[in-house]
Amino acid sequence: MFEMTQVTKAYRTDLLETHALREFSLKVDKGEFVAVTGPSGSGKTTFLNVAGLLETFDSGSYRLDGEDVSKLDDDARSRVRNHKIGFIFQSFNLIPDLNVFDNVDVPLRYRRMPAAERRERINSALDLVGLSSRLSHLPSQLSGGQQQRVAIARALAGDPALLLADEPTGNLDSLMARQVMDLLEQINGMGATIVMVTHDPELARRAHRNVQVIDGQITDYKPYEPHSTPASVTVLHPTAADATYG
Amino acid sequence: MFAYDLRLALDSMKRHPGLSALMVLAIALGIAVCTVTFTIYHAMATNPIPDKSSQLYAVTLDTWSAERPYDDEKPENPPQLLTYRDAMFLYGAKAAARSLVMYKSGALLLPERQGVKPFNATLRVTTHEFFPMFDVPFQYGQGWDAAADEGPRPVIVLSDETNDKVFGGENSVGRMVKLGKVEYRVVGVLQPWAPSPSFYDLNNGAFEDPEDAYVPYGWGKAQELPVYGNTNCWKPETGEGYQDFLNSECVWLQFWAELPTLADRDKYQAFVDNYVRSQKAAGRMPRPLNNRLYDVEQWLDRNEVVQKDNRVLIGIALMFLGVCLVNVVGLLLAKFLNAAPLTGLRRALGASRRDIVRQHMTEVLLIGLAGGGLGLLLAVAGLAGIRTLYNSDFNASSAERLTQIDPVIVLATLALALLAGAVAGLYPSWRIGRTAPAVYLKTQ
Repeated sequence: MFEMTQVTKAYRTDLLETHALREFSLKVDKGEFVAVTGPSGSGKTTFLNVAGLLETFDSGSYRLDGEDVSKLDDDARSRVRNHKIGFIFQSFNLIPDLNVFDNVDVPLRYRRMPAAERRERINSALDLVGLSSRLSHLPSQLSGGQQQRVAIARALAGDPALLLADEPTGNLDSLMARQVMDLLEQINGMGATIVMVTHDPELARRAHRNVQVIDGQITDYKPYEPHSTPASVTVLHPTAADATYG
Repeated sequence: MFAYDLRLALDSMKRHPGLSALMVLAIALGIAVCTVTFTIYHAMATNPIPDKSSQLYAVTLDTWSAERPYDDEKPENPPQLLTYRDAMFLYGAKAAARSLVMYKSGALLLPERQGVKPFNATLRVTTHEFFPMFDVPFQYGQGWDAAADEGPRPVIVLSDETNDKVFGGENSVGRMVKLGKVEYRVVGVLQPWAPSPSFYDLNNGAFEDPEDAYVPYGWGKAQELPVYGNTNCWKPETGEGYQDFLNSECVWLQFWAELPTLADRDKYQAFVDNYVRSQKAAGRMPRPLNNRLYDVEQWLDRNEVVQKDNRVLIGIALMFLGVCLVNVVGLLLAKFLNAAPLTGLRRALGASRRDIVRQHMTEVLLIGLAGGGLGLLLAVAGLAGIRTLYNSDFNASSAERLTQIDPVIVLATLALALLAGAVAGLYPSWRIGRTAPAVYLKTQ
């Protein structure tokens, strides 16, 4: 469902070339919940941006939901993002002037979906995250946990093939973080494929599988075993990694 | 999607009301200045008789002095008016499909209607072809015929306004009206008719009101009706009587010929040149052969109805609009780039570059439209100000005519505002459309 093979990505300036991803390969099956961990600057966010088609990469290949998306132009990338990928960000990234309903509506608008269908999808996504009674609230009138649940509803409303979560609990207290993780697990249980970037080993343990990225490469990889929960995490340099996470 | 873009545009304008108002005002000021100058230019430059302007010719002969040209600044221009002798010869020769001789005059009109005071009526003393040649529309009756010119007979055609004033707007054909000591029989009443510019008589002002009434040329001559307008002489004339004036080298008559085709025009030019050659042989017209036929547009040009200053003003107005637009571009860039994180988010959620450009262009066009509307109001106020300014020391009706906003100007203003908005918004919208979605997501 998701397969990156030998992907490399470098950022260049006149003086400097920084390799963010080096021959990065990862395969994620449909319905998997994968946690990607690694220290700051290891390439986690670059991986997520590439996976989400927010950035291009220099070489390698990337197949998503059976489609080779390596060399798509900007329009096609926008379309794939809109139809197949749902994003959950650390800082929620809701539009402050739009109410809950309209925030969830944003990606559906770019699909040119009929109003009735949009309404149905929005209501059902908000039902799922328990916020159907807050349709007309602005983000500023919600708690951090509720805002993240709105963001999850926005990601789910388009029924994407892949959910990408970037530190989804990074801005939440432990109670709300737990609620959001429960929700992600519930969504995964319904068949959604989730790739989550986190620096929190506790959260990572709740995923089916962990992969660790250091210096733009996967340093630990364990194939998906559907019934093996919780996932085991192997950190190659535990002390150093713990010290630099975040 | 347009409704969604419109909603986003309105939300964005509401989010930054001060900035939006500043942009609307900048466009409005530029549009208002352009609209005022365009309105005046449009009134001056409009072809007053588009269907026939290339068939009607003002006929001029260089009958001026051997020592100096008629116009020192433009020596190639012959006098605009003809002598009585030359006009009569050309008219009598009937070498054109139609031709006419005329001049402006005036007399005291004494209405019989109670409560209407006598007033000085302006008259056009003309041969009968005036009405069909210039497509003058009649409300009642018609013009006179050649017999009335030659008779001559005291008949008169009234303007719509004069008929309203003297006869309360009734059909006055057959009724009598007294000018000076003479009673004229009304044969026709015009519909409202005021070509602008008044191409047929530019000697008396291109934006003057048309005359109050029209009388046969022959009758005017018989009554020795005075000339209201230019009478130019290049040598001292010794005689003092009216007949001496008619025999003089003074120019004072307007002459027009209707020449339907270019071949007719060339033929008429040859005819006029031959006539002048014969006059030279008889010892008149010492200047080199320089007889010109001007069609209506050439005539307006020759008489500088649209002055160079007006064209310069148009240029300055457009430059001012340009300066306003540059400011708007700066404000838009600041506004759009300030909202770049939200744009990055929309891009991440699936908006294509085209979606982003369209969303922002909708906002820009909305600002342009608001600027156009406000600019139009400011222009109306500005033109009213100009009318007030000129009402006191200038011909009020000329100012009125030059400062009228017509539907063409309104539409042109709104189109210009939209175009200005589009021009101002194109770069900022394109620039924001290039927003890389990943850049702002961490900071949003």
